[in-house]
Amino acid sequence: MALLCLSGCSGAQTAFGGQGAEDANFIQLFTVFMIVCTVMYLLVSAALIVAVWRRRRTAMVVEDCNHQATSGVVRPALIGWTALIAIGLTALTLVGFFTDRSNARNGSHPQLKLTVTANQWWWDVEYDWADVSKSVRTANEIHLPVGIPVEVTLKSNDVIHSFWIPNLAGKQDLIPGRRTDAQLLPRKTGLYRGQCAEFCGTQHAQMALDVTVESKADFEKWYGAQLQTAPVPKTPLQLAGYRYITTRECASCHNISGTSAGGQVAPDLTHFASRRSIAAGTLPMNTGNIYGWVADPQSQKPGNHMPTIGLKADDLHGIVAYLETLK
Amino acid sequence: MKSAAERAKLPPADVPRDGPNLTGEELETKLSTTWSNPPGFVGWLSSVDHKDIGRRYVITALVFLALAGVLAIAMRLQLARPDNDLIGAARYNEIFTMHGTTMMFLFAVPVMQGMQIYLTPLMIGTRSNAFPRLNAFSYWMYLAGGLLLWIAFVLNVGPDVGWFAYPPLSGPQFGVGKRVDIWAQMITFTEVAALAAAVSLTATILKQKAPGMSLARMPIFVWATLVTSLMVIFSMPSVALASGMLLSDRLVGTHFYNPAERGDALLWQHLFWFFGHPEVYIIFLPATGFVSEIVATFSRRSIVMYPIVVMSLVATGILAFGLWVHHMFATGLPRIGYSFYTAASMSVSIPTGLQIFCWIATLWEGRPQLKVPLLYVIGFIFTFVIGGLTGVMIAAVPLDLQLHDTYFIVAHFHYVLIGGAVFPLLGAITYWFPKATGRLMSETLGKIAFWMIFLGFQLAFFPMHIAGIYGMPRRVYTYPAGMGLELPNMLSTLGSLVVSTAVLLFVVNLVISARSGRRAAPNPWGAPSLEWATSCPPPPYNFPHIPLVSSRTPLWDAGEKLPVVHGLRVEDRELVLTTVMSAEPDVREPSPEPSPWPLIGTVATTAMFVCSIFSPWAVLVGVVPVALALTAWFWPKSPRLSGSL
Amino acid sequence: MRHEPEFADDLSALRTHAFSYRSLTWWGIIAFMVIEGAFFALAMAAYFFLMAQEQEWAPRPWSPPDLLAGTLFTAVMLLSEVPNTMIKRAANAYDVAAVRKLLPVMSAIGLLLVIIRGFEFNSLNVFWYDNAYGSIIWALLFLHTTHIVTDWGDTLVLWQLMKTPHGEDPRRLVDTDENALYWRFVWLTWLPIYVLIYWVPRLFR
Ligand code: HEA
Ligand code: HEA
Ligand code: HEC
Ligand code: CUA
Ligand SMILES: [Cu+2]
Repeated sequence: MALLCLSGCSGAQTAFGGQGAEDANFIQLFTVFMIVCTVMYLLVSAALIVAVWRRRRTAMVVEDCNHQATSGVVRPALIGWTALIAIGLTALTLVGFFTDRSNARNGSHPQLKLTVTANQWWWDVEYDWADVSKSVRTANEIHLPVGIPVEVTLKSNDVIHSFWIPNLAGKQDLIPGRRTDAQLLPRKTGLYRGQCAEFCGTQHAQMALDVTVESKADFEKWYGAQLQTAPVPKTPLQLAGYRYITTRECASCHNISGTSAGGQVAPDLTHFASRRSIAAGTLPMNTGNIYGWVADPQSQKPGNHMPTIGLKADDLHGIVAYLETLK
Repeated sequence: MKSAAERAKLPPADVPRDGPNLTGEELETKLSTTWSNPPGFVGWLSSVDHKDIGRRYVITALVFLALAGVLAIAMRLQLARPDNDLIGAARYNEIFTMHGTTMMFLFAVPVMQGMQIYLTPLMIGTRSNAFPRLNAFSYWMYLAGGLLLWIAFVLNVGPDVGWFAYPPLSGPQFGVGKRVDIWAQMITFTEVAALAAAVSLTATILKQKAPGMSLARMPIFVWATLVTSLMVIFSMPSVALASGMLLSDRLVGTHFYNPAERGDALLWQHLFWFFGHPEVYIIFLPATGFVSEIVATFSRRSIVMYPIVVMSLVATGILAFGLWVHHMFATGLPRIGYSFYTAASMSVSIPTGLQIFCWIATLWEGRPQLKVPLLYVIGFIFTFVIGGLTGVMIAAVPLDLQLHDTYFIVAHFHYVLIGGAVFPLLGAITYWFPKATGRLMSETLGKIAFWMIFLGFQLAFFPMHIAGIYGMPRRVYTYPAGMGLELPNMLSTLGSLVVSTAVLLFVVNLVISARSGRRAAPNPWGAPSLEWATSCPPPPYNFPHIPLVSSRTPLWDAGEKLPVVHGLRVEDRELVLTTVMSAEPDVREPSPEPSPWPLIGTVATTAMFVCSIFSPWAVLVGVVPVALALTAWFWPKSPRLSGSL
Repeated sequence: MRHEPEFADDLSALRTHAFSYRSLTWWGIIAFMVIEGAFFALAMAAYFFLMAQEQEWAPRPWSPPDLLAGTLFTAVMLLSEVPNTMIKRAANAYDVAAVRKLLPVMSAIGLLLVIIRGFEFNSLNVFWYDNAYGSIIWALLFLHTTHIVTDWGDTLVLWQLMKTPHGEDPRRLVDTDENALYWRFVWLTWLPIYVLIYWVPRLFR
């Protein structure tokens, strides 16, 4: 098992990461459970091996031994075993309970609040402030300042999904018609990956979330950039793309702040090019993949809710050029 | 004409009855004529013999195992490498749904009920099931449900929403097309089948035990059957209600699960798991019954601490109804409530741990002989306990929130389902094979298959624990490279290939041995229970005379001769009813004749259910032929005016 | 190793039918009553689950069901226990003539109930497709209706059966006894459903 664990884990999406307070608790509790369970398993195995080997029979002989009598060791062994199980279970229940309490405390004074809304098959992310002009909307990524408790409100626009960033904390479902929440307390900076964990239809497998835990300063820098509206297109090519996006199909689904594209049913594209991946972790962010995605999203992520439009080559070049400016 | 009351008091008239004057060959020819199926294909279709029904159940279930197993191999091939594109997303979703649904509803539950239907009357010393026609109906309904699902799959309208079909994904808005309707109707079929079988088994066990077989003398397997049948009776209505409401949401526009109209998606999860959790013990408890029988026979030692084993079965059956929420820890219900379900889930370890103790103690006290069935039992203990212990881990909320819906869970439930139920089942099939066919299975082939299954299984499923911890969610058709998931997935795929080869080998062994295996004596293993008192395979009437039982191990305690009761009619199908607790002989009741009506009833019901997917009015129209078929089924054939005969 | 028989008790003097828990079919009926009882209990649990989602029950602007038809139905159901008990007694006393006379009465009561049930559906003041409240109210009433209709059908068949010479077979009296038992189940389950459909939506507004 140790061998398997060592076998190259990059560690961006693992419950054995321990970079969040809740996940650190998980690792501790897991270790305790493993110890108790291993002891119990060894006891059962040892008893079984001895029991079978002790008086094994190789031939079919009809014994005249009494098939009812029980030797004296059975009763005390039974009592001991029952007591052991009872003690083991009580101990495990209690440590489990206290770990749960401790997890519940992690998010008691959140200093940052965001709302994550799940859609088939992408994440809508909003940083909420009472002052709306300070709020930020993005998609398929979250940035978190290290060491600060965060409360995430979870909603769904369609079916049930589950919000899971294993390196930081356990999962929490997003259920239409209900509001749930998750508390995160990241302890180490790094790039992590989250993934939808409840089956939600065709592309459940490609519904990931890029998570960046960074220093407070870096976070504020990022946040400041996100508050900006989209840059104005500069080259003619970019301008052509801008025109296409804001006047044609794209605008009915996507929003780009500062432009007339105001669709609300698809990922916000205002700072699209600053993200690490395209379409909820389906493709790494680079020019070739943007081409691939915009030209034919259905071949990249079959079944997703963005149609393949059949763009002319000129339009396509323009769109990609413009999208790349959306840092 | 005498009044009924007078006739009820008449002394017995003179008809042929078994007894010292009518025994041996003469008796057996007579009983044979009475209890055999009518000749020909129609006779075969009309059979109400529990042995026929049980055998059909088991064989059909094994075919479904093979089908679902082939789907499993397809999934494993797709997952062997990251970013593989052997199977697309939509197809993969259908495949795992079909795999899970078929395994749970068309293989695991029915195969256990099939074994119970076959064995129970033999083990308690009676000639038939309590409601043989209901029993036949149960099989046909099961077959119809299975065919419905698989024909739909072949026609590319197979379900694709997972084996627990959470709405709204399965609701009218997101589950477009007929896929989910097919799934939900299949549930209706299998649950009617399971309920019918459970009712019949319960009544059989309570009322038809051989004289003297009080509850405290019943074989453990029969106890397990009684407990699981009661569990079916109490849990299946829940999934019936849930799937009925889902269908009505989809077909007539109700809003049970629609949050927009004040329905609630979680209502489904509560109802489904209130059934779904007991279901896993409905699969597991009969398997522990097999284990108890096999352990006793092969250590030539009656089970140590019988009362504790029985209490464990009963306790597990009761506790099973209080833990369903442990499947819903991530839904954000009140945290304090969760601790209750954690504690309840963990407490199931006590009865299970005690059962394991009793089996090991029996081996310890006896003289174990390592034949294939016992090998499966040993493999079962080594494997199941791992699955049970991972179950205890995921019962703790902080652990489950990480492990829920990952391959760690997939590992858990294959350890308990395959290790805990399929291993004992394969052992049981090997063990009772001579009873059903008159021939023994090959020991050598059996041993090879066992070791391949056992080792291949560990190779296939142990790495899934690691994949789960390393962040692999379940139900994904692909995963990215570079997350450390390549090695565990490749090992799993290799292991699953070994397992499937081994299962194939097991099937080959079944087929070869059924044709040319060594002939079996009535009691080839020297077992203690009543099913071994009759010939292999048993005659249609099971026992020439009904045994009289005076201990838990009747065949080990009988000398040269087996005590029997007598005085049953031989020219009509007749059973002895005994009292529930102490099994005193009480009434002689007639037992129904073969009949084609259960099959015709099934055809009518199937037509109604299938058409209802397309129009709800089909229910109103379709109910007429169903009612006619049921009336014909229950209409007595010829009045037995002979009163108290 | 097949054993020779050693003959013990002779069972030829046992009776060939018995009432109540000594009969095999009685256990079948009980099992089905448990199944259906569980079904009703779970449907009621679902009712309360959905009710907990709402501030008011019945949710405005829907008004609670009108009382007349449902209450009339309840009264007839309760009164039907009188002939039902009479049938049960007659069957146990092997009084075939009385059974033959009473079964048409029960059949007529069944018909009456089915008719009143039609008016009940008409007085719910909500449709099943309006909202979850409407769905669960309709579901409860529909479920119970299937029971009424099945038992009514059962009674009709039994009535025809008892008219034939089959009626002389004491086993058919056992059937009659068990049919009456099932009728009790049908009206007993109705009482809580009546409260849930007609009274809870009045009291929780
Ligand atoms: C045969 C089937 C079977 C059996 C027997 C079990 C047995 C148990 N299961 Fe499992 N379970 C499933 C089939 C089964 N399960 C399936 C199919 C699912 C997934 C459904 C799905 O999502 O698709 C599931 C899922 C599942 C979950 C939900 C996971 C999730 O989705 O997040 C949980 C959580 O609590 C759980 C717990 C348990 C526990 C505590 C037991 C206990 O009964 C285990 C008890 C046994 C032992 C503990 C071992 C023996 C005891 C000892 C050796 C004594 C000493 C022990 C200690 C002191 C600890 N199971
Ligand atoms: C009793 C139940 C049972 C059994 C026996 C199995 C057996 C197997 N299961 Fe399955 N499994 C489930 C119940 C079961 N499973 C359930 C309930 C799910 C959840 C579904 C869901 O999420 O909705 C699941 C999900 C599941 C997954 C996860 C899918 C996902 O989440 O994406 C995987 C992946 O590896 C898997 C693999 C296997 C394998 C390799 C086997 C192997 O053991 C199979 C072995 C192979 C065979 C048995 C076939 C051998 C036969 C032949 C070679 C042909 C011979 C043919 C003839 C003679 C006609 N199963
Ligand atoms: C019918 C609605 C619709 C239209 C029209 C549409 N999109 Fe999309 N788009 C989506 C959806 C839904 C997604 C998210 C898909 C997913 O990840 O499952 C998406 C995703 C994207 C992404 C990736 C976003 C991210 O956060 O990774 C880009 C870029 C994009 N669309 C650009 C475009 C362009 C350019 C056009 C016009 C040519 C367009 N879209 C038209 C619905 C639409
Ligand atoms: Cu969203 Cu799975
Ligand atoms: Cu469970």
